Amino acid sequence: MTETSRNDSLKKISLDGLWRNNTGLVQLLGLCPLLAVSNTVINALGLGIATTLVLAGSNTTVSAIRHIVRPELRIPVFVMIIACLVTIVEYLTKAFFHDLFLILGIFLPLITTNCVIIARAEAFASRNPVSHAFVDGVMMGLGFTAVLVVLGALREIIGKGTLFGDAHLMFGENAHWMTITFMKDYDGFLLAILPPGAFIGLGILIACKNYIDRHARQRALLAKQKPGAESKAAQPVT
Amino acid sequence: MVTTAVLLAAFAVTGTGLVAFAYEKTKSRIAQAERETLLRDLHSVVKPEDHDNDLFNDQIMVTSQQYLGNKQPLPVFRARSKGQPFAVILTAIAPDGYNGDITLLIGIRHDGSITGVRVISHQETPGLGDYIETRRSDWIFIFNDRSIDNPERKYWKVKRDGGYFDQVTGATITPRAIVKAVAKALEYYALNKDTLYTAPGVTLAGQQRNDAE
Repeated sequence: MTETSRNDSLKKISLDGLWRNNTGLVQLLGLCPLLAVSNTVINALGLGIATTLVLAGSNTTVSAIRHIVRPELRIPVFVMIIACLVTIVEYLTKAFFHDLFLILGIFLPLITTNCVIIARAEAFASRNPVSHAFVDGVMMGLGFTAVLVVLGALREIIGKGTLFGDAHLMFGENAHWMTITFMKDYDGFLLAILPPGAFIGLGILIACKNYIDRHARQRALLAKQKPGAESKAAQPVT
Repeated sequence: MVTTAVLLAAFAVTGTGLVAFAYEKTKSRIAQAERETLLRDLHSVVKPEDHDNDLFNDQIMVTSQQYLGNKQPLPVFRARSKGQPFAVILTAIAPDGYNGDITLLIGIRHDGSITGVRVISHQETPGLGDYIETRRSDWIFIFNDRSIDNPERKYWKVKRDGGYFDQVTGATITPRAIVKAVAKALEYYALNKDTLYTAPGVTLAGQQRNDAE
């Protein structure tokens, strides 16, 4: 994992969370919910938002108490904070998005065990000021949500031929219009909906990201007019 | 050493306090949401206009592993119209789905015919075994107005097994489990018809469900 120094600007933190150090595509943390709940866009969005809330909350709290908590107490306290936040988010989802809660089921309480959250608390929030930690939490969460949603969209379109199916689970009964059906009487492509589809889809997304990064790097090098640096650019992105 | 313990205890107390606060604040809203969800499920089986009693406060808990597939008591809701029995809604479990239990709501009119069957939870293969859901296909309506003599008991099977009920080729295990569970529920109703309506109801069911969690 990349260490982030104290003097990071908020812009760099944001970019790290959303792209360079994206939890889903680069750190490859929290794959269990990522793979399990990305079968439709709405499921993905629901879990993504819940995870983002918890991440922002836990990062902020951990950063705020970083001077009080002794190193040997660190982990139990972090775990307790995360567990409390997850429980609260679970109650809220259960109260206000009950149908979505029924679908997300076990993956909501399982946010507690999402390694992204403890990893950010330990590696970033416990060493940085509150504002930085909060932004890091939000951006890491959004990066995770983005991957979830893109993967969800990919799987839903290929697997079911729809997009935003079940939108009413999140936006209320008036949201049925949001559902886009691409192909009528589409039988569906089972592989995309089943777990293997998630692995393949994520693999493709990671490949795309690496391709884009490499391309951008090569172009940057070429722009500097340094012929011969080509081989360096061809090195794999971390 | 002592400060460490005090610190940890302080965090534990604060954390627990926050969770308790959130629980208190959302408790009634959660109970209401659960009620609404259950009522919506119940009304998909017995139409709201067909009964005039409060289903929640007219339920009994029954257990019958042989007929309903449950080890824990499950609710039976009783729908009445003008004081006369209209239908019961049984909760039955088909234990032999392709991927575990399938939970069904089965509405049975007083005369023993089915008002409707709905699947309320299952883990069948998406896109293959999930045609038992109403949003995927009309298959589950096949049970509407059937009773234990219609078709004859021995034809309460999927076509593949020589019975009456259609199945989708390639996904036979799921409908087989459901047909079996519905037939058994009908048998259970035939055996317990009188006591199901007369047994004293459990009141404040929503509250109890909530506390049980």
